[in-house]
Amino acid sequence: MASVASTVRALPALFRIGFAQAVAYRAEFLVWVLSTTMPLIMLALWSAVARDAPVGRFGQREFVAYFLATFVVRQLTSSWVSWQMNYEIRHGVLAMRLLRPVHPMIAYAAENLAAQPLRLVVAVPVALIALSSVGAAMLPRDPLLWLVWGVALLGGWLITYLASFAIGSLAFFLESSIKAMDVWLTLFFVFSGYMIPVELFPPTVRSIASWLPFRYQIGFPVELLTSAHGRAQALTLLLAQWAWVAALGAAALLLWRRGVRTFEAYGG
Amino acid sequence: MRAPLRYARLFRVQLKASTLTLLQYRFDFFTEGLLEVLWAATALVPLFVVFRDRSQVAGWTLGEALLVVGWFTLLQGVLEGAINPALTSVVEHIRKGTLDFVLLKPADAQFLVSTARFAPWRATNVITALAIFAYSFHLLGRRPSADGIFLAALLLASSTLLLYSLWILTVSAAFYVVRVDNLTFLFGAIFDAARWPSSVFRGLLSVVFTFVIPLALMTTYPALALLGKLSAGAAGAALAGSLLFAGAARAVWLAAIGRYTSAGG
Repeated sequence: MASVASTVRALPALFRIGFAQAVAYRAEFLVWVLSTTMPLIMLALWSAVARDAPVGRFGQREFVAYFLATFVVRQLTSSWVSWQMNYEIRHGVLAMRLLRPVHPMIAYAAENLAAQPLRLVVAVPVALIALSSVGAAMLPRDPLLWLVWGVALLGGWLITYLASFAIGSLAFFLESSIKAMDVWLTLFFVFSGYMIPVELFPPTVRSIASWLPFRYQIGFPVELLTSAHGRAQALTLLLAQWAWVAALGAAALLLWRRGVRTFEAYGG
Repeated sequence: MRAPLRYARLFRVQLKASTLTLLQYRFDFFTEGLLEVLWAATALVPLFVVFRDRSQVAGWTLGEALLVVGWFTLLQGVLEGAINPALTSVVEHIRKGTLDFVLLKPADAQFLVSTARFAPWRATNVITALAIFAYSFHLLGRRPSADGIFLAALLLASSTLLLYSLWILTVSAAFYVVRVDNLTFLFGAIFDAARWPSSVFRGLLSVVFTFVIPLALMTTYPALALLGKLSAGAAGAALAGSLLFAGAARAVWLAAIGRYTSAGG
């Protein structure tokens, strides 16, 4: 672990490269961002539902706040590392990456995070629209909850990234692990609060969702933003989230170490 | 009268070629099918949650709304099984300049690029859709009328034509801007809006989804037809509209291919 210092020194360069890449393909990047229509489509359905009568604590306003916050959080916690790894492993490009004195887990993370400023270009206006149409009343007042939200957003990104990295590492063993990623995404869509606020599920499904990692990717930060939790509950959920971060981090490292030994750089 | 027969044979050859290519990746072939069923199930989850404590949303009962989801599943199968794979391949041809080889062949270029690649596992979508239809009529406690089925089948043809024309327009755009492959994802993301009955959308969106990107025509109309609630006039208008759209798309394609300048163009 003598390389910690050199890794830290390399980080600014990695961020610059990642940002430059995102800017170079900005049109393509924008199309990707615009493809996040699901929260808005779900918003249409749920506000049609709330037009007749509110669902739980959700009226039309609450749904607007919830799903616009979902859009923003989804932008800020996304990662495409498993597709990238699948490509690089199959084409042998990964060999170049292995030659560099930075652990690929760090390098990929830096590249993925470096695109965030561009995502903010879309996320900030959506956040402002949400704020102007719903008002600030729904945001938490407690500064501690804002702190928890910041940590939860980081945790949400880490869960997305580490799970994606672990599944990407499966490409060492299978020909392609994109299908495995699709399965993960399907479960994510249902259980994360991305399509349906977790609290609107029937009780049994709700308790299953609290044990799975998906809710901590999107639902938890969004719930914090829309003041669904008090201090005690927020901290308990934060603990659960970081337990998942630790577990997925360990799984990702293990799969990577096992997998990279079998890497043969075919065709590279 | 030889031409239609020749194209039918050509169609069979192209379909067989894609199937054989895909069978090389057998693991993918089966997992894809399973995955499609899983995806279709995610479309149902919100409906079951929504209808848990009420019987009607935007004028639709659960059984009726499920019909729309069934059409959505069916058309998604058409889109991703027959339309998107070919789009990806033609965009690659245009970028690399290998479209020359297609243009040299003694058959209509639009036909050749449209049938270049299929994803046959999407046939599972048809089975899933039929299961959803069966379940929703079970919930409704009745059967669709023969007229309704006939009208719905006509509308299926017109929605397929609409989807295909939108596709041809996207491909034509590739001659001008080259990188359009991720437009398929954007279109897929917009198409997701077709999973709900169109009355869910209000204001500007409902106008856009009826006239600009006619999603309402694709899923809500056929569902209404199966329910026997669609007037013959509306169905006729939908058919005429899609034929007009297809004609326009063909004209744009011919104009666009005239601009093709081969590799490096």
